This record gives sequence, C-alpha cells and structure tokens, in this order.
Amino acid sequence: MEKYKMHILICGGTGCRASASEAIQNNLQDALKAKGLEEEVQVVMTGCFGFCEKGPIVKILPDNTFYIEVKPEDAEEIIEEHIIKGRKVMRLLYTDPEKKEVVSDSKHMGFYKKQIRIALRNCGFINPENIDEYIATEGYAALGKCLTEMTPQAVIDEIKESGLRGRGGGGFPTGLKWEFASKNDADQKYVVCNADEGDPGAFMDRSILEGDPHSVLEAMAICGYTMGADKGVIYIRAEYPLAIERLKVAIAQAREYGLLGNDILGSGFNFDVEMRYGAGAFVCGEETALIHSMEGLRGEPTVKPPFPAESGYNGKPTNVNNVETFANIPVIINKGAGWFNKIGTEKSTGTKVFALAGKINNVGLIEVPMGTTLREVIYEIGGGIKDGKKFKAVQTGGPSGGCLTEKHLDTPIDFDNLLAVGSMMGSGGMIVMDEDDCMVSVAKFYLDFTVEESCGKCTPCRVGNKRLYELLDKITEGKGTKEDLDLLRNLSTVIKDTSLCGLGQTSPNPVLSTIENFYDEYIAHVEEHKCPSGQCKALMQYVIDPELCVGCTLCARNCPVDCIAGDRKEAHIIDTAKCIKCGACMEKCKFNAISIQ
Amino acid sequence: MVLVWRNVSLMRLAFSKEDLKMEKMIKLTIDNKQIEVPHGTTIYEAAKELGIEIPTLCYMHLGDMGIEHKPGGCRICVVEVEGRRNLAPSCNSKCEEGMVIHTHNMRVLNARKTVMELMLSDHPFDCLVCAKSGNCDLQTMAHQFGVRELHYKGEQSTYKVDYSPSIIRDMDKCIMCRRCETMCNDVQTVGALSAVNRGFESVVAPAFEMDLEKSTCTYCGQCVAVCPTGALTEKDHTNQLIRDLADPKKTVVVQTAPAVRAALGEEFGMEAGTLVTGKMVSALRRLGFNSVFDTDFAADLTIMEEGTELLERLQKHLDGDKDVKLPILTSCCPGWVNFFEHHFPDMKDIPSTARSPQQMFGPIAKTYLADKMGVKREDMIVVSIMPCLAKKYECQRDEFKVDGDPDVNYSISTRELANLIKQANMDLTTLPEEDFDNPLGESTGAGVIFGATGGVIEAAARTAYEVYTGKTLEKVDFDALRGMEGIRSATVDFDGLPINIGIAHGLGNARKLLEDIRDGKSQYHAIEIMACPGGCIGGGGQPLHHGDSSILKKRAAALYREDEGKAIRKSHENPYIIKLYEEFLGKPCSELSHKLLHTHYFDKSNEIEIE
Amino acid sequence: MAKIKLAKSKVDTLVEICKSFNNEGSELINVLHKAQETFGYLPAEVQEIIARELNVAVAHVYGVVTFYSFFSMVPKGEFPISICMGTACYVRGAEKVLEEFKRQLDVPVGETTEDGKFSISCLRCVGACGLAPVVTIGERVYGRVAAGDVADIIKEYQS
Repeated sequence: MEKYKMHILICGGTGCRASASEAIQNNLQDALKAKGLEEEVQVVMTGCFGFCEKGPIVKILPDNTFYIEVKPEDAEEIIEEHIIKGRKVMRLLYTDPEKKEVVSDSKHMGFYKKQIRIALRNCGFINPENIDEYIATEGYAALGKCLTEMTPQAVIDEIKESGLRGRGGGGFPTGLKWEFASKNDADQKYVVCNADEGDPGAFMDRSILEGDPHSVLEAMAICGYTMGADKGVIYIRAEYPLAIERLKVAIAQAREYGLLGNDILGSGFNFDVEMRYGAGAFVCGEETALIHSMEGLRGEPTVKPPFPAESGYNGKPTNVNNVETFANIPVIINKGAGWFNKIGTEKSTGTKVFALAGKINNVGLIEVPMGTTLREVIYEIGGGIKDGKKFKAVQTGGPSGGCLTEKHLDTPIDFDNLLAVGSMMGSGGMIVMDEDDCMVSVAKFYLDFTVEESCGKCTPCRVGNKRLYELLDKITEGKGTKEDLDLLRNLSTVIKDTSLCGLGQTSPNPVLSTIENFYDEYIAHVEEHKCPSGQCKALMQYVIDPELCVGCTLCARNCPVDCIAGDRKEAHIIDTAKCIKCGACMEKCKFNAISIQ
Repeated sequence: MVLVWRNVSLMRLAFSKEDLKMEKMIKLTIDNKQIEVPHGTTIYEAAKELGIEIPTLCYMHLGDMGIEHKPGGCRICVVEVEGRRNLAPSCNSKCEEGMVIHTHNMRVLNARKTVMELMLSDHPFDCLVCAKSGNCDLQTMAHQFGVRELHYKGEQSTYKVDYSPSIIRDMDKCIMCRRCETMCNDVQTVGALSAVNRGFESVVAPAFEMDLEKSTCTYCGQCVAVCPTGALTEKDHTNQLIRDLADPKKTVVVQTAPAVRAALGEEFGMEAGTLVTGKMVSALRRLGFNSVFDTDFAADLTIMEEGTELLERLQKHLDGDKDVKLPILTSCCPGWVNFFEHHFPDMKDIPSTARSPQQMFGPIAKTYLADKMGVKREDMIVVSIMPCLAKKYECQRDEFKVDGDPDVNYSISTRELANLIKQANMDLTTLPEEDFDNPLGESTGAGVIFGATGGVIEAAARTAYEVYTGKTLEKVDFDALRGMEGIRSATVDFDGLPINIGIAHGLGNARKLLEDIRDGKSQYHAIEIMACPGGCIGGGGQPLHHGDSSILKKRAAALYREDEGKAIRKSHENPYIIKLYEEFLGKPCSELSHKLLHTHYFDKSNEIEIE
Repeated sequence: MAKIKLAKSKVDTLVEICKSFNNEGSELINVLHKAQETFGYLPAEVQEIIARELNVAVAHVYGVVTFYSFFSMVPKGEFPISICMGTACYVRGAEKVLEEFKRQLDVPVGETTEDGKFSISCLRCVGACGLAPVVTIGERVYGRVAAGDVADIIKEYQS
C-alpha cells in the first residue's frame, strides 16, 4: 500500500453495494483520472465497515475521514475538495446526534468507540481480493508460525488457553474440539467451515467472508495442521454470491502463493480447500445435518454421538467451526492466548460480532468484548431507539434465542449469562424492538420460521412447533384462552426436552422468554382480547369518534361490507362484528374521525 | 443455527473414547436396578435385559436379518439420564459408566405422552374403520399411555390416497417413523420411497409424489410389513371374494401358498411356527370354496419345469454352447421379477421362464381342472391365499390373462384370510383338521419348503439330481442351503459334477449377486432369489412380526418340519404331477407347458425419449 | 414405463454436468445447483436424467430437491421478486411490503404471474439489514421499501 499517497476505501458489503457503492467507486476513479491522480490515490473496495445504517461509507486514509451516505454524484466533490484541496466535505460527515457535533474520524464516533475488532479486523480496511493486502496486515504469519515453530499440540494448547469458544452459537471450546479431532486416527480427516449462516438477522459470517476471506482460509489450514487433515471444505450459502466470488479469488491467490496446496511454506504440510454450496436449509447449521448435506443428502441431523470428530464427513474425523470462530484464530496465534484471554470475561474470552438491527438508530455490524452490557450496545453503539420511541425488548440468538427486556439491559453479554436469562448468544443476531412491537407476534414470527425450517425428522419439532405456532396464531387472532398459555408452556418444555437437534431444542425459547418477560401482554391478548401494541389485526377495532364525525356518509358509501350505519349529518357507527378491518373508511374520512383502538 | 454446549456431551465423548480402548463392561442404574452391559449397548437394550420394555415407534431391530433402523425420530423412547440437560432417546444412546436412568418418572411420562399427543394431533381419527385397527402400534401405544384427550389440535396433513394393485398408501396416517424408507432403500435397494419435503410437510413418498404404480416399486410389501400404523396397507380383495363365494353361478377354487400355513395361526393367538394346514383347509371349506387346493402342488410343477430348464441350460453349457447363459435364476417370486424388470432389464433373459407356482396353478385350474369338473373357464374363479402383496399385482399382469380373464382372479393375503375367518365367526384354533382336495391338492415336501429362503433351490436340487444322475438321492436334506444369512452359497455334488448354488433373500442381497453376474464375476450355476427377507415366510402379506424377527425363524422351521413329515419329498414323485403330465401336458417344457406355464419379461426401466 | 421427453441438447448438457462431477451420487447437490443455474429450475425430467447419470434413485433426488428451499421445480418469473423476511426486515415492516406485492400482482408466494413476468418469494436475511426492509428483483436490491413504493417498483419492470 506504500506507493500511494492516499487511499479511498469504499464499503463493498452487500448493503452498501445495494446503495450503489460500485457506482461511487467508478465515479471516484473517473474523477481521479480526470485530474491525473490515479497514480497518487488508490481507490479500494473493501469489506463491510459495519455502520450499515449510514451506508454507503467512504473512508479516506491516512486522515481517517469517514463519509456517510455517499451518493455517486458526490464523488467529484470528494476528489475536488478533499483530495486536491484538503478540505473535508462537511455535509458528508457524521453528526453526533446528542452533541450535535460533526465527527470526522470514525474512532471518535459512538458507534465505533466501544468496539474492539478482532474477527472484523480487516473488514473495511483491506481489499479482500488482494492477498498482498492481507499479508501486509500480518496475514498468513500465524500459519507460518504454526508450521515452522509450533507442534500441532502446541497450537491446540494455545487455542485452549485462549478460551475461544465456538461463535456459531453453541459456545463449545474450540481448542477442545480440535483436540478431539486430532486424537482420532484416520487415513483422511476434514476441516469444515460452516458458512451456512441462516439466522434471519445475522450477517457477520457473510461480512467476514466478503471482507476478509483469507483470515478463514489461514485458520482452516492451521486447524488442518493440528488435526492432521489435508482437506478443507467451506460449506457456504448459495445465496451469498459475493462471498463465494471473493472466496474463489482468495483460494486461487493462496494457491498461487503456495499458502494452500502441497508442501506449504516448505513444511511438508499439505492443505487445500474446496467449496460446497448450501441450498437453503437453516437446519444445515447443525453440524451433523451440514455433513449430510455435504454428502449430497437431505440435511437431516443425526443423533450424537458419534460426534463428527469421530465420524463425520464421509465417515471420517471432521472438525466443524463457523466463520467467525476461524477468523479469530490467526490473531490468537499472532498475539498469543494471553493477550486474547484478557479480553472479555473469564469464561467467555475475546469479542463477539453482533448484527445490530431492528428499531435502532445505528443498524450495523459491531464487534465488542464479551461482557459488554446490552445497554452499552443498544444506547452507546446503537445510538438508542429509532424515532425516539421507547425500548421494549432485544432479541438475541435468533430463532433459538429469547427476548430480553429492560431489566436485562445491564447484563454483561457472554455465553453463560445469556443462557441464564433464557436467551442465548446464537450466531449474534441482535434485534431491537420498540413499544410498537407485539411480543406475541414476535414469538409467532420466530415460530413461523422454525416451522418452515424444521427438517421434519423428529416428532416434537415437526408437529410440536407447528402446534406452538397455531396456538400463538390463535392468540393473535383474539381466540386464545388462559389455558392456551399453559399448553404453550408445557409444549415448549417438552419440545426442548425431546427434540433431536439444536433446532428443536431451542426453538421454543422465543415463546418461553416472551411469556416470562411479557406475561401481561399475553394476558391482554387472551383475557381482554386486546393487543397493547396494536399490531394484531384481528384485535384492532375501527371506531368513529361521534364528536368529530359530521355525518358526510363518505365512509359508509366506501365500506365494502356495509357495516357502517348512520343518517346523513348524524354521527356514524361501525358494526365491529361485521367489519373486516380493511381500513377503507379511515382512508376516506376527511375529518380524522375514525381511529384504531 | 445454534447448538447448546453441554458439559455432558463432552464427558460422553471422553468416555466413549476410553471405552473403545478398554472394551470394558459398563455399570449403570436403570429405574433403581443395577446392570452391567458390554460397551456399545444402548439404554434401550440394557433396559430390555432388565425386563423394562421402553416403548418406541420408529426403532426396529430385525436381528436375524441384520436389519437395524434407529433414526431416533419418534422420540417416544426418551428417558431421563441424571445430569443430562435434555431427555435421551434410549434407542440411540449408548450406556455409559455410572449412568443413572429413569424410564418412567413424571418428566419422562409427560414428555412421552405429549409427544404421543402431537403424533395423534396429526393423525386421522378413523381408528374404528382403519384397516390396521387392533393391529396398530400407534393405537396400542396411545392406549397404553392412557391418552384420553388431545390437548393440541391444529392442521392435519392431507394427502391423496394412493391405490396401487398391491399396496394402498394413506399418508395421512404416516408418523414419519421412516421404517418403510429403510426397507425400501437400505434393505431392498428398490429406491421407490424417500422422505420428501420438510418439516410439517414432510412425508415418505415416491418421486414427484407420483402413484406407487408409476414408480419403481416392486410390491414386495416390506414397507407394509413394518409400518406401525395404517399408512401402508394391502389392497383388500376380501369383499370381492365374499361376493364371488355368494354367486351360485361361480365355481370358486382356492390355492394356498406354503408360507401361509406356518403363520396364519399367529392371528389367532397361536405360537409362532404352529402349523395349521389342516385347520386352514377346513376353514376355507367352511367359507364356501368349492375346492380347496394347494399351491404346493403347483410348486412341484414349477420344479418340473424350472428344473428341466436348468438341466437343459446346464447341459448345453457343459457341451460348450456359448449362447447359453448361466447362472439360471429362479422366477417364482413376483417381487423379484418386478425388481429385475425395473432395475436390471438388461438381464431379463437370465431368469428361468417358468411362471411362479401361483401362475402355474391358475392355467392348470382353468384348463385341466375345469375340464375335469365340467366347468366353463368364465364360470371358474381362482383365488390364491398368499403371504405376499406382489402376488396381487402378478394376478393382474396382462400376460397372465386369456381374453381378459385372469388365470388367477385375485390373491388375498394371510392377514386378509385371518380377517375373513373371523368375520365368518370361526375360531381357527377349534376347527378340525381336513385334507386338501384333489387332483391339485397333493404335494410333496419339496413344494412345502418353497416358503422359506433356500427352499426352492433345495427342491430343485432334489429333482435335478435324480434326473441328471439317474440315481436316487440318499439324503434329501440339503442343510447347506438352509439358514437366514442374506447371501449363501453351496456346492452340490451331482455325481462328480459340482453345481454351484447361490441363494439371496432380500432384494439388496439379490442386487449384489446380480451385479456380480453383470461384471462377469459370478461362479454360480443356479441362484435362488426371494424378494423378502426370510423368503415367503417373511412376506409382506403375513401376520405382522412387530419387529420380532425370531418369528420368521420359527415359521421357517415349521415348513421344514412339514417337509420332514411328508411321505413324498421330491417333486417328480408327486403322483398327481406324474398324472398331469401323462394326461395333459406331455412332458416338462413341452409346447403346451410353454404356452401355459412359462412367461417372458419386460423392460420397465424409465425410457428416455429425446425430442 | 415412464417416458421422459427432453430435448437432446438439454439431455447432453445434463450428462455433461453430471460427468463434470464424476457421476458421483454424493455430488448430487452440486449437480442440482449447476442444473438449476443452467435451466432456471428443476423439472421432473431433469431430475430423472440426473438420477440415471448419478446412479441414484429418482425418489432420492426428489427427496433432496424438496428439502432445500433454494431448489425449485417451477420456473421463476422473468423478474423474480424476493422479499427479505429476516428479523430486521420483519420488525421494520417487511410483511406489509410482501402483502402489497401479493395484492398488486395477484399472485401468492412461490408462484409466478400468468404472463410469466413476476414471481414472488420470501428469503431469510440477505445481510443488508441496514436497508431493511429489503426487496430484491433479480440482481437489483431495493432498500427501505415501504408498501407505498411497491407500485412504482413494479412499474419499472412493466414496460
């Protein structure tokens, strides 16, 4: 990167690309060319910066200027003003919403201040399609160190000491997992990277693969070295075309540099990586299901043991880790377990990436040390609730997790704490909800997902989740009873207790946690047949305010089911039993006399 | 997707590795009883040793056949393991040192009952009129769990009922135990069925959810034999039979397959392996059949035809005729015939052209017998009682019809016969023993053993030996040909000429032998193939074994017992067979024999037509 | 005997695809991906040929095709509309957007309009939560879509 005086980094993550970041790149390049600066200033499309809310992001180095919501037509001004004249384009800078001050350097932005980026270290910093940039940031140094200075057991010991736990959600200690796989002798072993990110609302794996694919390849090779595997397979969602493309480029480059293939760095160690494509089945995130899918079968999980470490892909010892877990590995090797395990909490070391989304001001991808509280994440990093509404709940762990409330805001986030309060880390989805969200509907939303994604192999998950969904549906339709809440509880418990795999064992969590934390809301639905947040259509009522109604009859004439009665110039009345809640009356009323209750 | 880290699973992994090395015994406690079991034993098996029968719906272990199915899907067999976060499926969880297990505490009972209720909530409530009622594992278990109310109600799966000539699929009643899928794919390698769709929509079905009739199904009926509910049942012909029996214009004659007599008694509470030949005959006579005959007679006839064909092919082969193909394969099993027509059509000229005994009986009855009885063909109804569902389809094959009239009008299964006897207010156990009618009721011991795997080839060997060598066979029992191993082979000494014989039962085993033949690796002169594990005694139309494979062994033993008790034990010595050739057919493989008793095969593989 | 009708060029293409994966049954999912990429969808005839070439039961192929939501047995519209139903999009009103697409095009999820132009499907999180609710049409991504924008979006493709 030395030969250029300045660098312009443009976010090439999916979100920013959707907002025309490629056009911005082209315009910037054209503008530079027009000024004859293409040899002086380099334009780089990087991975995700994380601050998706304000995308597309353009960052200028070395002064760290962080431009937000850039449009293609801004390119010329950036070149003209910032690059040539050295004046920042003020209108594209971020304004701190509280202090009302303009912030130019991302380091000083609330969104970034509390973050420590390990897994995301290179995202938004290097060009993911250029291996040299990865190498320039200590890339492949860890692999080199392992192969030349460390025994496989020493590497495993280092990972064990680091305390790294699986970032896919389960939190199983990574070093132990590697050790098991290393101790099973076989003629062939496999390292598998689970990149079948399926949690609706989590996209960190995608961002890592799009922004820093080599970090995963390097870690897989290290893992292969520890367990004696020479084959790596990345199981990736077919719906991630950009990530697939960048991985392909990265694999080709790594092979070219001799960092994959035979006799890596002259050590005699062979390792290569191929890709397999997922085809849209959430359950394939479960490792046995994933392995069956890799074998060309239906992605149905099987009972463990045997664990993949004994009998996995093609019946051979297999180690499966997810993308974020792998992305941590090179840093641990480079900086040492002692450095890593000082970050975070005692039992959950390091950092965790969260996909912060929902009713929050700063939607985006963040990485914080374990032990950061939900309050810090939501208010300091996330910038609080959108449109000044009131915080109601935060859902962590996706369909396997639970909805936490006000009282949990000061809980330090780590694997065990989240589990203790009825949620879980999951893959790191974090969805914030405000007063307008109905928690019964939210639980129903997750169950809808689980019902669709259940593989159907075991009874409790196949039928039980369907029944949970139907009970919730009944409640949101206003037909639920208090007994239904008991049924929900019992059924949830049994599904958790008897399901075959992690999907069913956790799928009732959204139900149990909302009943636990928002019991009153359920009661309102089943006893008063009211939805306090006004989300459940069946429980809404259109009402005409007799004070405001002038009796123009417009509403009655537009009602498709003739349920509005009233004489001309008299206040009208809606027959709520006949009303289909189409809203036509409210739309037509010129006097704002019709409202929803 | 997310999994929860469990301390327990960690420990279990550590234990199992340890155990592998030491091969030690494992001590554990189940329901406060101590037990020591070898490493690898499941909780289910250990409990069973203690006399604790843990209920299960999907698990199936047919030990004698080497078939084990444990998807861990039904979740009925869950038990509590102290220290474990969730309940463990006992069928699929191995015992570990020091485990403390509860199989019937509150937590387990509630979970089990709730899971059962969930199953029932997606199951039609037509038990009273279901073909499986009284014999349904789901029904039995629901009763056992004391389910009196369904707390969970909701959408039920609905599928079109699929009526094939042999098997009816009513998937509304499927509980996704996947036993049928295992039988169809892993055991039979037919591949007609697969789990399709997912979640609540998942079901076991043929490709594209097409009708079974259009699939590669062989109608072996092994799916029906293991289905715990009424989802898979046989096509019922008993109403047709009752109508025909009531029709005074019709002469209704019946033939009964060998395996039926060794199993029918089970439906009346008799010990497995009880022979009920005489009682069955008197039941059939009381049901109103004009004559009660024996398929065993036709089995003897099959030996005459097939044996002759074997010897002809063998002789030509020994004479160096390169056009003659060996081995010769038996052709009396219609499931097997369907199998090679679908899956090995390139080898359809290898099996014997001899029809199955059922289809030999039909034309003889409708010509030779009808003549003797003075009955016109169109007035004669030939019914067969078979342990088999493929026989139902076989009756309907066009090549077994004369001007649209089937040689055998229809076939009813052992189970259907039992129901019919019950409908007619008879208790089989108290009926007297009676003899078959003649001339088509006399059979030899060779005909009887057709019902067990290896029996056909043993019967053929008895006759072929004597015909080929001209000597009398001293010891008629070929013990080497008997047994339950999936693939067996033996060499029989034909007076200095070693004849290599292969036997396979279960279509997966048959596939292996066929692939060897295709690859030119086969050393056999003759091979017997039976579609069903165990042979006809384990047929898809037999009383349900409910997972107890020892029943099949007992049935086979009964047939060998009947053989041993017979005065005549070689087909060619059957006096009525001799007479049939003298009076009617001339000699084996004569022109008339070929017309009436032989057949040809079809290529039923999918044809790809290029536009 | 089932007859499969398929143009020779298609059969040849499929045979080639299978061959490129060494006709191995374990490569089924890769083969299906490739076949769907080539033909746009996986009709029964295509599955029959794949089963024959990989020497696996066609019921098995169908079982796999129906397991994964990415595989489709019906052709998609000329302009496939996907509405993200990830949680972030859901809480920001994706359901209303979906309803509006269904209403305006008069076609349920998973199906294609009569003129073959549009098909609607739901997908789970495209990873652009910052733009929630997100709709994709073909390669194009629309962010922060409101129900009121739907008519205009459809209009873009109607001429």
